[in-house]
Amino acid sequence: MQVEGLHKSYGALKAVDGIDLEIPRGSCFGLLGPNGAGKTTTIEMMEGIVKADDGRILFKGKPIGGDFKKKVGIQFQNTALPEFITVKETLELFSSFYPHPRPMDELIELCSLLDILNQDNRKLSGGQRQRMLLALAIIPKPEMLFLDEPTTGLDPQARRNFWKLIEGVKAEDTSILLTTHYMDEAQLLCDYIAIMDKGKVLECDTPQKLLEKHFKGVLIRLPHDGDERELPQGAVITGGNLEMQTVDLDASLKKLLSSSYDLTGMTIDKPNLEDLFIKLTGSSLRT
Amino acid sequence: MNQFLAMVKARTMEFVRDRGTFFWNLLFPLILVFGFSFVFSGNQDKIFKVGLLGDVPQSSQYSFLELEQAEFIPYDLEQIDRETVVQKLRMHQLDMLLDFDKNSYYINDQSANGKILRMLLQNPQYNQMALQEKEVSGKAIRYVDWLVPGVIGMNMLFSCMFGVGFVIVRYRKNGVLKRLKATPVSAFSFVSAQMASRFFIVLLTSMVVFAGTNIFLKFMMLGSYWNLILITALAILCMISLGLIFASRFKSEELASGVLNLLNFPMIIFSGVFFSLEGTPPLMQKIARFFPLTHFIEGARAIMLEGAGFVQILPNLITLAAMTLLFLVTASLLFQWD
Ligand SMILES: Nc1ncnc2c1ncn2[C@@H]1O[C@H](COP(=O)(O)OP(=O)(O)OP(=O)(O)O)[C@@H](O)[C@H]1O
Ligand SMILES: [Mg+2]
Repeated sequence: MQVEGLHKSYGALKAVDGIDLEIPRGSCFGLLGPNGAGKTTTIEMMEGIVKADDGRILFKGKPIGGDFKKKVGIQFQNTALPEFITVKETLELFSSFYPHPRPMDELIELCSLLDILNQDNRKLSGGQRQRMLLALAIIPKPEMLFLDEPTTGLDPQARRNFWKLIEGVKAEDTSILLTTHYMDEAQLLCDYIAIMDKGKVLECDTPQKLLEKHFKGVLIRLPHDGDERELPQGAVITGGNLEMQTVDLDASLKKLLSSSYDLTGMTIDKPNLEDLFIKLTGSSLRT
Repeated sequence: MNQFLAMVKARTMEFVRDRGTFFWNLLFPLILVFGFSFVFSGNQDKIFKVGLLGDVPQSSQYSFLELEQAEFIPYDLEQIDRETVVQKLRMHQLDMLLDFDKNSYYINDQSANGKILRMLLQNPQYNQMALQEKEVSGKAIRYVDWLVPGVIGMNMLFSCMFGVGFVIVRYRKNGVLKRLKATPVSAFSFVSAQMASRFFIVLLTSMVVFAGTNIFLKFMMLGSYWNLILITALAILCMISLGLIFASRFKSEELASGVLNLLNFPMIIFSGVFFSLEGTPPLMQKIARFFPLTHFIEGARAIMLEGAGFVQILPNLITLAAMTLLFLVTASLLFQWD
């Protein structure tokens, strides 16, 4: 799936301001960005739900339309379900919409819905609801799966189950476009990542290459004592921490010691996506 | 399962399981029918009503006309034909009719009031002109016989307009429509499923309300039940289609319900649910021709109270069918998922 020069404005606000993406077949593509970056708008244009002001959206080389909706699975960030019907009835309803729906047993098994099958849609907990919405999205055995913050609100256990499920779906040669605010999730699941802010893609590559490009070496992080003394070269203050990125750990530690910093509470990490995210979007992570 | 049937099923379950709405839909018309039959059961018309046709003599020449307990209503044969006035007698809107042109008087053999008046006329002292008796026959129509098509029609109107108009707007607002838009379901099959579900619900509740109240009130039914069902079914389709126009665009439930009420109330008042349109300003009667409810009530009353057959109600049926088509086309041109 491929998009070129995608634009969408709401009044004066440019929600999406010229986006090009390419999602290779069978890969999982992560779309990251702070709140209001334009992720949902982008993904909904690609789904054909929101009309783009400008740009091309291609699926298998052709503009979307026609049979596209039979081949894609969609989980919205916010969605409502028909009221007064149970989970099972909802699954049956949605199964009737597709020519070759996934068998009910498989859905129930994949999304662990057995316990809530006869529960009214309105009486599901947040996590149960997410599982149910995911089940709806994978009913068509989609070639392309759109997931907008599918794990928001899930407990850690459920999130791990979800990851397993996604691995399973990927194994069916399904391409996935995923937005998330959990960087560990993106790092684990995604083959490609685009980080966007204010309607524009800032960076797009594999997680590995992105980290290599932006971070050389390791990241030293220690609680900042709030002193006004001059920072050692290469150090920055973010979120109450002093952070220093370096290829020469020895030299950097010496520098800190010579500026008589207290090294209690210091951590040394390889930089991860979260660091990159903050570096690129300049704001602290909001989930 | 076929997607259309699956959607009909889902919508119907939503209605049936929503206990409050479900019982209200049944209870409201029952309360109205029984309530009105109770309120109007007392015989308030103590006074006799006597129609007059032809050249009415001075009361000094015909002392029956001096009867204080009677209200005399002259009809002008240039404006109304004789048969229509006789029909009023059959339907107990008049107790007696004096026809000075034909030198005769009519009474209804089913009317007790008529018989009392006849006793007076058998006395030559009152009947100086020796009018001859002619009898017509017709069971008394109680107000409730007349009212029941109106009340059921009104309930159909609410149930159709809100059950489709309001509910689809709610789906749009809370995002159910957006979720459906993301599936291969076409707007057409979604909308027709909504219509079908509502159609059966309203047809069934209308029949239940009619049959349920009929057990106790024994409505007058001169025509055929098939014709009654036919015009009911067509009227329901027509009202649902009208509701669809409002369902096609609105995004706010408050706005939708405001507009629906704004439309429903004049329709109920002008369609003759509670009182006859006869004698209301011509403009009002003209406006009423544009409301589906008017045609339903008119047709249903004709079937029940006058024994009208298919041919007599055909104009109503055709109008309802034409309106349905018009509303459906308008709604489908306007419809948007979001
Ligand atoms: N229907 C709309 N009308 C007007 N403005 C909108 C609409 N939808 C989104 N926006 C605006 O467009 C911008 C992008 O919104 P979008 O929902 O795409 O962000 P997002 O990246 O998905 O954020 P989040 O992480 O919070 O889900 C926001 O500033 C939002 O206020
Ligand atoms: Mg979003």
